[in-house]
Amino acid sequence: MPNSQPSGFSRRTLLKSSLILAAPPIIAARGETPIRIGMVNPLTGILSALAASEVEGARYTVDVVNKKNGILGRQIELLVEDSANDVGTGVQKTRKLIDRDKVDVIFGDVNSGIAYAMSQVTSEAKVFHIVPGGHTDPITGTDCKWNVFRICNTTSMDAAAVTADLVRRFGKKFFFITPDYAYGHTLQDSFIKNLKALGGEYQAELLPINTSEFSATLIKAKAYKPNVLLNNMGGLAQINCMKQFTQFGMQKEMHLGGALFELETVKAVPADAQAGSWDMEWWWNQPNVPGVADFVADFRKATGKTPSARHWFGFVAIHSVRLAAEKAKSLEGPKLSLAMEDMDLPPDVALQPGRVYYRAGDHQLMSNIFVGDVHPPTTNPDDIFTVASVVPGEQAAGPVSATGCKMVHPA
Amino acid sequence: MLQLVLFNVTNGLIIGAFYVLMALGLSLILNLSNVINFAHGNFLALGGYIAFVLTPYIGFWGALLVSPILTALFGFIIERLMIRRVYNRDPVYSLLLTFGLAFIMQDACRYIWGPNGLPMTIPDILSTPLSPDLFFITWYRIFMVAIVIAAVAGLFAFLRYTRVGIRIRAGTLDLDTVAVLGVNVGLLRSFNFAVGSLLAGLAGVLAAGQIGLNPNMGDDLLMPSFIAIIVGGVGSLTGTLLGGLLIGVAGALTTVVWPAASEAVIYVIMLVVLILRPRGLMGEEGMLT
Amino acid sequence: MSVTTTALPIRNTPARPWLTAIIVWALLLTVPIWLPMLGGYTALAGRVLVLGLAAMSFNLLLGFTGVMSFGHAAYFGLGAYGAGLTLKYLTASTPLAMLGGIALGGLAGTLFGLLIVKRRGVYFAMVTVAFGQIAFYVAYSWDSLTGGYDGLRGFSRAPIDLGFTSIDIVNNDKIFYYFLLFVFAIATALQGLLLASPFGRTLLAIRENERRARFLGIPIERHIWLSFSISCCFTALAGSLYALLNNFADPMGLHYSLSGEIVIMTVMGGMRAFWGPLVGAAVFVVVQDYISSMTVNWMSFVGLIFVLVVLFFPRGILGMLQRGSVK
Repeated sequence: MPNSQPSGFSRRTLLKSSLILAAPPIIAARGETPIRIGMVNPLTGILSALAASEVEGARYTVDVVNKKNGILGRQIELLVEDSANDVGTGVQKTRKLIDRDKVDVIFGDVNSGIAYAMSQVTSEAKVFHIVPGGHTDPITGTDCKWNVFRICNTTSMDAAAVTADLVRRFGKKFFFITPDYAYGHTLQDSFIKNLKALGGEYQAELLPINTSEFSATLIKAKAYKPNVLLNNMGGLAQINCMKQFTQFGMQKEMHLGGALFELETVKAVPADAQAGSWDMEWWWNQPNVPGVADFVADFRKATGKTPSARHWFGFVAIHSVRLAAEKAKSLEGPKLSLAMEDMDLPPDVALQPGRVYYRAGDHQLMSNIFVGDVHPPTTNPDDIFTVASVVPGEQAAGPVSATGCKMVHPA
Repeated sequence: MLQLVLFNVTNGLIIGAFYVLMALGLSLILNLSNVINFAHGNFLALGGYIAFVLTPYIGFWGALLVSPILTALFGFIIERLMIRRVYNRDPVYSLLLTFGLAFIMQDACRYIWGPNGLPMTIPDILSTPLSPDLFFITWYRIFMVAIVIAAVAGLFAFLRYTRVGIRIRAGTLDLDTVAVLGVNVGLLRSFNFAVGSLLAGLAGVLAAGQIGLNPNMGDDLLMPSFIAIIVGGVGSLTGTLLGGLLIGVAGALTTVVWPAASEAVIYVIMLVVLILRPRGLMGEEGMLT
Repeated sequence: MSVTTTALPIRNTPARPWLTAIIVWALLLTVPIWLPMLGGYTALAGRVLVLGLAAMSFNLLLGFTGVMSFGHAAYFGLGAYGAGLTLKYLTASTPLAMLGGIALGGLAGTLFGLLIVKRRGVYFAMVTVAFGQIAFYVAYSWDSLTGGYDGLRGFSRAPIDLGFTSIDIVNNDKIFYYFLLFVFAIATALQGLLLASPFGRTLLAIRENERRARFLGIPIERHIWLSFSISCCFTALAGSLYALLNNFADPMGLHYSLSGEIVIMTVMGGMRAFWGPLVGAAVFVVVQDYISSMTVNWMSFVGLIFVLVVLFFPRGILGMLQRGSVK
């Protein structure tokens, strides 16, 4: 027998040989083989901060659940792979997790394009797949699949929730600064649809994704005199746009807003860019909701960080598997999928008011959208967001028919 | 309309100044050593991060002065340790070397300072705009342009009037003769690389003040630098200067009429130059062919 | 006038090429048997083949013509998009998809080659990088056609209908692997024939001493352009296989970081050896796969590989083995 092998081989041989050696006791104590969950996320590249939070949330939850006897009495083993923000790598790692490591469940990816490509692999292999944080609409829309469920909101949901709040508080005249690619287009179209329904008017400018210089566009915005400037840019571009907005003193004349502005990103920007009205997909500071404070305290103790929406996605993903498995008494893809449909999250998992559940028609989690204002931190460095309104997911999502999803279950 | 155009031309020159700073450093290294420094964007990031580390102790102005020097030192060390060994070989090796170096440096930045962006504080006086009418030009932008002009002027003066500078210029034309004349060519190249790195580091500090810090911050500037060199003409620093300004202005002007195409326009310019005047605006036939 | 001799023997000793080929093919044909035992999986082998083909195609230019392109991922990616677009919009036929890919990538390479054929050295390399970024930019901007940043989706490989039977490459991983191997075999056979032909020998002459070749009356630019075009066509074929492997095409397949990886695979395996790039691809893909599962900082290790290969193993694996034998 060769004495140096990659870990995959030795892990399995160890299991096999220990099974053989300890057969009688093992047969008696069923459920010693761990449940394997494979998580593919862009741990390197521009989305790495968000991906890292999701992984951290999942890892924390695995520890918690394992202490409470795991899933169906079996311990959970979380295998994390880096998709490096590249589709080829993401698909390859998914195949690796399924073919070589024989995982029962797949999570991933923050990058929607990769999430979609992965879903093609997982549905062929009949493996249960949760997308914790990839936002593009088609994943639970035109490209929905029987084995894929999504936790975070769709792009349209975010836009719909924010529009109503902005119009109510500030006015109906919007100016959009949008990145010129699929995510940007979807976001802007959704904003416009909701704005028009409320009788609003707008002007829009499409810019390259990595724009760092917004003065020309901001001049146009200033001339248009909108009530709200919507910053739809992402990543560094979003931050630069906001910085320049503040540098130019435009906050005196119009309000700043947009869809997602995540905790990880907010903390990374200087105080003058910590402004505007945005939405969070989950927020840690909910004093009126029981259980949230305890979760936040426990999470802080375990990781030293305040949980963000991305952490919560990882948390919900693991618990969803647990709940579905307990309901289906199995880990087979088709059975888990059926169990997840219309499944409610209990309050200690949902950690927010109202009914939070996976809609059967499109497998989208109907969770609340927290719309509010970002500001520099107060006494607490993580207190950078004040909730103005909580929009139920269903209200923002609209009916299943609007998503274009035609769910087809395997025979 | 005229005001909009004028504004955008000014803006374009400001962006172009930035490209120029980066591209000059890259061009310097390319001309003398025949090495494409793929890690140049990472040297920029390094300059920014070093400034971030130093600012709490010596303030922004101090960091502005010290960080590029430290970056230059780092470049010097890298050149002596690694790049020097591949000069006499097939150019593919130096490309691969700087490529690998880029990977390592980016990962190191991410490892040390985290994948998140970090904010960089700049002195308050620089953050204010010039005037209510000229709200879009902050003092920081003027400051950036001033620094770039100073740096470029300094570079050209250095190359023209100092002995080392003259040797570098001579070396780009005929390194063998320079060596025969008794100059320590190895040291010259190392020093040259250090100067190029210094420019990148300076660009990094300036960029950090504008857009904050991020392990990937240099990536988006690498390609425009390449194109500035190609458009301006390989082998000519003046050409690089013009090339950088040209693509900066072109990008800014395009934003007026067709914002989504502002990134494409620099590629279009490059293609046009390649078709019509392959040696670039000021390139000399036979340089580095 | 003294006669300049070439620095290295440009041909292996007669017995060698067959030995390498035999070993390589023996291993490739039996992959589904031994790979899982080592903790690998079939999709990994598929990736090695695809990238190996890309690297070998690239090496036609680098190792055998002496021309350095650092933007070859552009043709690889264009091949992937060509295949994907064919499958998505034209017809669900795998052979046609491959043709579509070759057409798109090959055409782009041929046209671009015309522009830059007079340049050499680092300038040539720079321009190829820039062109690669143009392709990358077009891919992620033109989202109505290419799906933009999210990539081209909604297509998948189709079973091959041979009339009397249908080969199911869709669901069966192993059959798909052998399909890849089959295409790989044909492509490399063609490459081998090309290199052994008079045209190929001329390329070697250009590599060894361009000026001398010019004095001999060889039309240098035309040969380099042809070599570039052919290399791009084969690279585009590899790209179309990649699209079939993933059922997806995305802009990162065009990015210059992939170009750099193709170059390192070639150099690491040995750019003067025919099978060198395949060996380099195998090592690189496997090591990267392994390391990226172990640590988030795998990029540092990959960068380290680049540095170590350049500084200490410039001849590559097969290059070192060759030198060991020729004594």
